[in-house]
Amino acid sequence: MGNVISLDSILGLGELKAPADAPAAAEATGCSSSSCGSSDGPADMDPAVWEKVKNHPCYSEEAHHYFARMHVAVAPACNIQCNYCNRKYDCSNESRPGVVSEKLTPDQAIRKIMAVSAEIPQLSVIGIAGPGDSLAAGGKNTFKTFEMLQKKAPDLKLCLSTNGLALPDHVDTIAQYNIDHVTITINMVDPEVGQHIYPWIFHDHKRWTGLDAAKILHERQMLGLEMLTSRGILVKVNSVMIPGINDEHLMDVNKAVKARGAFLHNIMPLISDPAHGTHFGLTGQRGPTAQELKVLQDQCEGGAKLMRHCRQCRADAVGLLGEDRGSEFTIDRIDAMEEVDYDREAARTYREHVEADRAERHASKAAAQADVAETVGTAVDPILIAVATKGGERINEHFGHAKEFQIYEVGPKGAKFVGHRRVDQYCEGGSGDEDALDTVLSAINDCTAVFVAKVGGCPSKKLQAAGIEPVDRFAFEYIEESALTYFKDYAERLGQGAVNARAGQDAVIRTGAFTAKRA
Amino acid sequence: MAYKIKASDCTACGACEAECPNNAISFKKGTYVIDPATCTECKGQFANPQCASVCPADCCVPA
Repeated sequence: MGNVISLDSILGLGELKAPADAPAAAEATGCSSSSCGSSDGPADMDPAVWEKVKNHPCYSEEAHHYFARMHVAVAPACNIQCNYCNRKYDCSNESRPGVVSEKLTPDQAIRKIMAVSAEIPQLSVIGIAGPGDSLAAGGKNTFKTFEMLQKKAPDLKLCLSTNGLALPDHVDTIAQYNIDHVTITINMVDPEVGQHIYPWIFHDHKRWTGLDAAKILHERQMLGLEMLTSRGILVKVNSVMIPGINDEHLMDVNKAVKARGAFLHNIMPLISDPAHGTHFGLTGQRGPTAQELKVLQDQCEGGAKLMRHCRQCRADAVGLLGEDRGSEFTIDRIDAMEEVDYDREAARTYREHVEADRAERHASKAAAQADVAETVGTAVDPILIAVATKGGERINEHFGHAKEFQIYEVGPKGAKFVGHRRVDQYCEGGSGDEDALDTVLSAINDCTAVFVAKVGGCPSKKLQAAGIEPVDRFAFEYIEESALTYFKDYAERLGQGAVNARAGQDAVIRTGAFTAKRA
Repeated sequence: MAYKIKASDCTACGACEAECPNNAISFKKGTYVIDPATCTECKGQFANPQCASVCPADCCVPA
C-alpha cells in the first residue's frame, strides 16, 4: 500500500473520545473552524452539494485527507499559450501542471484506471487535466474516456479542468456525461492584465495575440462559468498568483467568479524556474512567498470560498494529494498486469468507514473549539503549526520522513488547514542532512510549532534553536483537536511570559524543487 | 505547396491534426506528419494555415 493510508491503518488507529452533541454552526461570514476550501460538512452547505463534494479530494479540504484522485493524460493538445507553461519540458521528477511522463489513448487510460482502482481503495475521482487542455481539439479524447469510464466504473466521480476558451461549446456534453466538477483556470478578469499572461490564443480558426486574445479568453471564460453554474455543475476556479502582474487583481477575480456562482477559488503560487523554459522562468519572474500567498488568500476570505490544499499536481498524478504514485502505473507495467474485473468492495468498505467517522469528527472538532473559545478568549493571536502527516487527519508521520508539512492556523476561532509546504529532496544540490534540515526550516519558518509522530534529538535541537517547537506528544492523534489543545497550553504559557509570540516571519514556497538534471 | 512538421520540435500533442481541414495530418512513428499531396496550406479555406496557427511549438512550417 505504500504511503497511502490503508484501511488497516485508519481502522487501527483508535476511536474518537468523547464526541460532543452536535457540530457548531459555521459563522456567518468567512471561515470559522475548518470551513476553508469547503471542508465543513453539511452544516454550511446545501445537502446536494455536500453529497457531490464530500469524497472529492480537490473540492473538499476534509476529503483530501481521506480520498485519492487520479489524472489521466489523454489530452495533450492545447489552444492557448500561457507564460508560465512550456510543454516541451518534461522531467519525471518534476511536479507541476502541464507535465506528464506518458500520454495515453482513451483505451490505455481505462486500463490504467482499472489497475489503479484495484490497488487504491481511496480512489474516488478521475480527472482529465491535460497535459494540454481537456477541451482543446474538440475534447475528443476527454469525452471518449469519460464515456467508457461511466459504463465501467459508475462510482468514480468525473472531473475535468480547462482554460475555458472552448468551454461554452462543450457545456451540453459535459452535462450529458455527468461530469459534475469542472475547474477553470482564470488568472484575470481584465484583458489589460491578461495580455501579460497569455501571448496568444487559437480561436475561431485564428491565432489571436495581445489585448484581443485576452479579451476573447476572458469573455469565453465568464460565459462558460455562467453556463456551467446555471446547470448546477460545480465549478472550481484556479488562479495562478503572479507577483506584480495579477496578485492584487486576484481579489477582483475572486469577486467576479463568486458573482457567477463559482463554488471554490483556488489561488496557487506561480511555479517559475529558468530550467522549465517558460517565459516567466526565463525572464526571472518570481513566485510569491508563503506569507504573500496567505495574505492574499486571507484578503479574499468572505468572497468565493478558498481552496488552500491544492498540490498543483501533474496531469498524470495518482494517489492522495500529497503524493504521486504515477510511476507505479506506467503503460508498460499496466500492459504486463492481468486484466482485472472492476471490483471495489474495499473502496466501498473504506467509504462506509469514513462516512461513519465523519459525524463524530465534526462533533469532536467543535467540542475542542468551544473549549478553546471559552478558556482562551479572543485576546491571543492565532499561530501557525506545521504537521507531519500521512493522511487521515492524523499526526502520523516521522519528522525526517515528511515530504511535505501541512500548515494549520489555530487561534481562538478554531483550527483550520491553511496550506502545505513541500520539503522533498529530489534533485537538490546538496544531499547531506544539514541541507535537508535547512530546507525544512526555511519552509516552515513562519510556524510556532511542528507536530510529528516522532523526531530525532538533533533536528529537535535545531528546530528549538530556530524558535520552532517540535511536538511529539500528540503522536497519532487527530490534527485539529491536538492543535487546539496545544493552543490552549500556548496561550497559558504566553500569559505567563514563558514563550514569545512568533510574528512577522515568512517562509519559502518550494515549487522548483523537482527540477535540474533529467535522468 | 505544402507545410511540413519539424519532428525535432514536435511535442506530439496532436493539436494540428484536429484543426487540419484536409485531414492531411497523421501520427506516424512518434510524431505527426503532413501529407504533402493533400495539404493545401489552407489556401481558400482560412486566412492562415491552421496547423501553424495552433502549434504550441511553432514547428509547422512551409516545406
